[in-house]
Amino acid sequence: MTAAFAVSGLCKRYPHFALQDVSLTLAEGEVMGLVGVNGAGKTTLLRLLTGLAAPDAGSIDVLGHRLPQAQVAAKRGIGFASEDMRLYRSQSLDWHIALVRQIYPEWDDNYAASLMRRFDLRAQQPIGGYSHGQRVKALLLLCLARRPRLLLLDEPTTGLDPVARAEVLEALADVLRDERRSVLFSSHNTHDVEQLADHIAFLHGGRLLAHRDKESFLDDWRRVLCLGSLPPTLANWPEVAQVRSAGSQIEVKLRAWRDDLPERLAAQGLTVQRVDPMALEDIFVTAVRAGGAA
Amino acid sequence: MYQQIIDQITTRVMAGDWLPGQALPSIRELAASSGVSVITVKRAYEDLERAGLIATRHGKGSVVAERLDQARGLFEDALTRSLVDAIAHATRLGLDRGQLHQRLDVELDAAESTPTPTQGNLP
Repeated sequence: MTAAFAVSGLCKRYPHFALQDVSLTLAEGEVMGLVGVNGAGKTTLLRLLTGLAAPDAGSIDVLGHRLPQAQVAAKRGIGFASEDMRLYRSQSLDWHIALVRQIYPEWDDNYAASLMRRFDLRAQQPIGGYSHGQRVKALLLLCLARRPRLLLLDEPTTGLDPVARAEVLEALADVLRDERRSVLFSSHNTHDVEQLADHIAFLHGGRLLAHRDKESFLDDWRRVLCLGSLPPTLANWPEVAQVRSAGSQIEVKLRAWRDDLPERLAAQGLTVQRVDPMALEDIFVTAVRAGGAA
Repeated sequence: MYQQIIDQITTRVMAGDWLPGQALPSIRELAASSGVSVITVKRAYEDLERAGLIATRHGKGSVVAERLDQARGLFEDALTRSLVDAIAHATRLGLDRGQLHQRLDVELDAAESTPTPTQGNLP
């Protein structure tokens, strides 16, 4: 089976930022969520995958096509949407649709019409009069109705109100029905990633900190509450990402959970009160603060 | 999200909404309709199978288990363990038999007034 994309040893240097040695594969039919703070390299990675930027080193294969040599073939299968893509303000959505369906024979009129209803967009109105949320949804419609095999979406839900966000997430969830279509999307909203992604890729400072299937990634992390006095060496345990104490209560966030950890904490004189799984949001903040080791 | 899938299926199977042998939605279908990742639904199905609630036939999707004795037995065991725990906590608090019964009634009333499905981990 062809991977949706595979990059290896990818490097891209800009004056104030460098993406360094990123190797990552997305299997066909899967959804990958790209998380990272602003400036982590998410947009750079997406631009390299779309062929909008060329790498300084490393290889990029998209839908079985090597970039940049087979760029034309690869691009036919890619649907890319990002906030800085501009639509013509004086033209309507219908005009944009006519333009895109001329270029892409796979364009699906029925799908476009159903997305237009779901997104509650007016086809005749000039785009200039659209709200931010409507523009984002119009871009996604133009991208989705081509039924591209690989969707690359840069922050598809950023700046959307809760209703628009739900509409966009539902439209993305619909893509899951087709096992040949794959999605890579970046988001600040860890909740969106936690909800929809099969895989998580975690970028920080231009490096790939972690890439795992979501369930085992979440499984690795736990928040443990203990009572006792703080053992001085606890913060140095490789499993420990963060330790905080308030009085006799100690909160330990663990990045490599194992069933024997409560016993080991008890052996340090601590009474373990509770062990809870962590939300991706909490893991993300903890990992970034811990100096980016996930 | 994982827990929602588990609770939803467990409740419907134990309540008899879904009958033994009945086909469950495919993993992709349930993922798309509930807006949850495929891997999360897959994990939930695997855990439900381990608990004896559903059976997966290779290449044919999943069905509600023909015999729910195993699932029932596991839930019975889990209930017994929770009750033993509750008695231990009540003893620590110095509650007598009547007071513990009363507390159970309070929790039952609270559970009945909220229309959410039964929450709880698989045994």
